[in-house]
Amino acid sequence: MAICTGCSLLCEDIVATYENGALTHVKNLCRKGHGHFQAAFTERTVPMIDGEQVTLDSAIAKAAEILKSAKSPLLYGWSNSTLEAQAAGIKLAEKLGATMDGTSSFCQGILMERILSGKIPSCTLDDVRNYADTSIFWGSDPSSSHPRHLSRFSYYPRGEKRQKSYEEERTCIVVDVRKSATARLCSNYYFRVAPGGDAEFMEAILAVLEGKIPKVGDKKKMIELGSRLKKTKWGAIFPGPGMIYSLQDKMELFERLVAKLNEITTFKVIPMVGHYNMRGFNELMLEKTGFINSVSFKGGAAVHGPEHSAMAAAKTSDAALVIGSDPLSALPFGTAHALARLPLIAIDPRRSLTTDAAKVVIPSAISGLETGGTAVRMDGVKIKFEPIIDTNLLSDEQILTRIMEAI
Amino acid sequence: MVGAMEIYMLLPKTNCKKCGLPTCMAFAVGLLGREKKVDECTPLIEEKKYEAKLKKLREVMAPIENASETGLIIHPERCFGCGNCVVACPVNVAAEPTRSAVGLGPESEKVILRVEDGVVVANNLKECRRFGPNKTLCNACTATCPSKAIEFV
Repeated sequence: MAICTGCSLLCEDIVATYENGALTHVKNLCRKGHGHFQAAFTERTVPMIDGEQVTLDSAIAKAAEILKSAKSPLLYGWSNSTLEAQAAGIKLAEKLGATMDGTSSFCQGILMERILSGKIPSCTLDDVRNYADTSIFWGSDPSSSHPRHLSRFSYYPRGEKRQKSYEEERTCIVVDVRKSATARLCSNYYFRVAPGGDAEFMEAILAVLEGKIPKVGDKKKMIELGSRLKKTKWGAIFPGPGMIYSLQDKMELFERLVAKLNEITTFKVIPMVGHYNMRGFNELMLEKTGFINSVSFKGGAAVHGPEHSAMAAAKTSDAALVIGSDPLSALPFGTAHALARLPLIAIDPRRSLTTDAAKVVIPSAISGLETGGTAVRMDGVKIKFEPIIDTNLLSDEQILTRIMEAI
Repeated sequence: MVGAMEIYMLLPKTNCKKCGLPTCMAFAVGLLGREKKVDECTPLIEEKKYEAKLKKLREVMAPIENASETGLIIHPERCFGCGNCVVACPVNVAAEPTRSAVGLGPESEKVILRVEDGVVVANNLKECRRFGPNKTLCNACTATCPSKAIEFV
């Protein structure tokens, strides 16, 4: 049995067969995971400095030299690295006095902070499978982003207390700006919101729950939604980036909604984390520094603030190390542009826009396939995995340790 | 998926009864249910004026004739590999109550649907509730598909 690190569901029931250095047959892996497994054989990186192939030792030495001479380096990414690599990264940041940030500062961080501090109640996905009778996908489309979410946990499986499952006992509600693939599966409870209209929609639900007439949406449908929520015995909300980007500073509204729902019945929240170990990074940073992301170690002590997020630090740093992420493709243009102008060190198993633009490229083994480790699933469950392919490549953790030794 | 009316429009519409059925509409329904074959409509084959219609009809009928015994058609190019059908299929649930039924990938050979190489594949179609004379119109796999990758004729 292998574990898939293609998304944050970390599916544990994968049966993969490799022959002569190629994936020949694999069972239970979704299309996204299948692409991830096949990625081990295409477009792998080689050690490079300024676009020219060099030995691994000289690439590591050059990376150490860049980081050592930088006044305020930025260490960014970490969502596709194991907990062990992240711990090595924190040590490196402490030694360098660097700024450390994960992809969560652009994504689920604002919600994850509230989940990890206990302001918003959460649960595990196994609880969802066993007890949930209402699943709300808000601004998320698991059919596309986490293909096995519905079938493994949130809608179709038969749980301890939900033996009749989707046929009679479970309801799936989708709130989204478009009729996504998931919305097609629960057409009776699909609610379309205008882009940026999530806050208004939340206020409308709050109004319905308090017995008032909602101001937005189809009034009849909103009242039906209200009574469905009131009848729920055990509900789960899965907010995706759609909701986070739309709410921005109005996260208190979501807190209020969850608190109101919990006055009536039980409702838990699990953020739809994208990368396989983004939550792991947040939990580890919270444990070691007291903050989930955007931390600067300059001057010794850990300091947190928006000025230490990758968005701001990309403009003030003089070097950057990118690991387990492709910020030049994923981040807003201004930040990506600022990052691209820095001397970049990219540690990545596969070629990406970031490795193309990087000054130093260090190839690493793909975690989950070529190297083992521990990761945290989207609901906070720690999962340990072993490598399934033999490789000579170094893991992220080994590379970071060697860079640290060289500094 | 093509409907009986579309097939009817491609027939001679003369109700000549040479196929053994009273009307061309009945023959169209027979074609769709895979009880009749295109070749049984002799005027369509023999008369030259129907040549274009015959060509179109064969094109339309190709996917239906290639369907499995239960009429199940899988479009692998559309499949996400999400496994919703694997978990929802009542035969899978009965065969593996501790795996398929609770969302894990199936292990035994008794199941009908399973995900292999990132897409769904069907085996053991004789176990399907749509198979045989006592078939029921079960639609657990088609209703749970987010990408319309599974269809029944």
